[in-house]
Amino acid sequence: MISWLAQARTGGMLALIAAIALLPLALSNNYFYEVAILVGLNAIVCVGLNLLIGYAGQISLGHAGFFGLGGYGSAILSARYGWPPLAALAAATAAVGLIAFTIGRPILRLRGHYLAMATLGMGVIVSIVVSTEDGFTGGPDGMSVPPLTLAGMVLQGERVWYWVVGALVIAAVWLAQNLIESPTGRALRALSGSEVGAEVVGIDSSRHKLLVFVISAVYAAIAGGLTAHYSGFITPGKVSFFHSIELVTMVVFGGMASTFGAVVGAAILTTLPQVLTVFKEYEMVAFGAVMMGTMIFVPKGLVPSLAMMTAARRRPVRSHGSDR
Amino acid sequence: MSAQLAQYLLSGVTIGAIYALVALGFSIIFNASHVINFAQGEFVMIGGMTTVSLLGAGLPLPLAIVAAVIVAAAMGLALEKFAVEPARGASVVTLIIITIGASIFLRGLATLVWDKKLHTLPSFSGHRPIEIAGAALLPQSLWVLGVTLAIVLLLSWFFGRTLLGKAILATSHQRLAAQLVGINVRQVVFISFGLSAALGAVAGILITPITLTSWDVGIMLGLKGFAAAVLGGLGSGPGAVLGGLVLGIAETLSAGYLSSAYKDVIAFVLMLAVLFFMPRGLLGGRVTERV
Repeated sequence: MISWLAQARTGGMLALIAAIALLPLALSNNYFYEVAILVGLNAIVCVGLNLLIGYAGQISLGHAGFFGLGGYGSAILSARYGWPPLAALAAATAAVGLIAFTIGRPILRLRGHYLAMATLGMGVIVSIVVSTEDGFTGGPDGMSVPPLTLAGMVLQGERVWYWVVGALVIAAVWLAQNLIESPTGRALRALSGSEVGAEVVGIDSSRHKLLVFVISAVYAAIAGGLTAHYSGFITPGKVSFFHSIELVTMVVFGGMASTFGAVVGAAILTTLPQVLTVFKEYEMVAFGAVMMGTMIFVPKGLVPSLAMMTAARRRPVRSHGSDR
Repeated sequence: MSAQLAQYLLSGVTIGAIYALVALGFSIIFNASHVINFAQGEFVMIGGMTTVSLLGAGLPLPLAIVAAVIVAAAMGLALEKFAVEPARGASVVTLIIITIGASIFLRGLATLVWDKKLHTLPSFSGHRPIEIAGAALLPQSLWVLGVTLAIVLLLSWFFGRTLLGKAILATSHQRLAAQLVGINVRQVVFISFGLSAALGAVAGILITPITLTSWDVGIMLGLKGFAAAVLGGLGSGPGAVLGGLVLGIAETLSAGYLSSAYKDVIAFVLMLAVLFFMPRGLLGGRVTERV
């Protein structure tokens, strides 16, 4: 029992549950709840994106595309075609999964810089289409989205949403952790190390990459749809190249190949702009400086760097992943 | 050839030349350091905006242009010194985030130094259009094409004939080997950032009389220049020029015959098509994979 608790992943999971359960004690008004909910929604995207970037070693500079397609898909089906919001969300998510599956195979043949470019191109195309098709999307002004209903009950109020999103974050992290510990997860890490090496030991690299690409797209689509229904509004900003970069920055900032790092990164980078508003016209300069500074001084990300520091203090040398 | 088609081709070549200059900037930095500099578009903006304000301050146009190119080059060098050089050896994603952070920083700086309005420059030599095959060609377009051609010739002389140019080429082929024969690789990377920034600034100055400039023009111009570089084969000089021209012409043709709303999509559709079917670009070299 003790050793089970001491495992990093169980400990992390318990810490996450405790943090989500106790956080409302510190949230004194609706505004803080709102920020916490946005953190949670971004955390879901980042946990998925981290599977792709951190574990499988594949870059995506276009995940806002999936996020936005989930959001706009759900918004359009429920607002313009009168679908029940939950069904719209499910359909939009399924559609995004299908799109990711279709484009994943040609895109994931590319590596490194070339993969970055292709995903960037995809993202920019989606964002231009969204701003241009104003008959469906409302164009640059965005569109309003009906609230989510669950079994006839309208989901509204910051407190209700907080617990829903909190539960989803826990589920997202739990699923991701299980995937990482499964044979698929080991295959992914092998891929990230050396794709050719992984193939030599019999791992179907393109199948595994495609799988994790689709999973991360589905995570993003769910979070995108929920964000749209929660805020009651969606604008092309959510699909933009800049939002893709924000998402990647969250993952890298928290720490690649660390699911909890992704959550921490989402938390910090979602609250940062709220804090930076005190700088008023200097906000953009400050945000750019923070982005550059953290990448220069903490290139491995926050959580792994902290973990390395504490591990170095606790025990001498033990390479990660060596079974004894 | 119909007058309309001629018109599209002429404006396509003009805008294509601008994309080519931006793409050359991407390729030079990528060759020297394997960094994709997403702040490249901001130098285009800095070039145009600085010229506008120096001209406003009473400097004659040629002097304002030279000063603006120097300012942009200095910003490029500073970017390398303070943001890229300290992160040497970081992963691809980390470096991409750094240069994007830099572009946000520079854009923020532009809103502080200048404003969020549109600005323009007078044409270098009048507004009277020249008629070619029934199509109107702005004198400024001739400037764009002429200067771009001159820069391409100058660059090919620089990389082919001068010691520094050859050092940059050597570094792009094999960094370690270049270091072993005594090339100061860090200096090469440093200089390449200054050179690329200057190219970007020239592009920004040339195009401002035609398309105006403002604090945020760098985003789209940067991304399109990037698409042009990929189209031609990232890291290839002739490829960057070809990619830029193909992109510019494809864009004006599709704006004219298909849909002007979707002209911005063409760049990225072409880029994806090239990535899927010939990942090294139109003129990129063949690379054998090493394990």
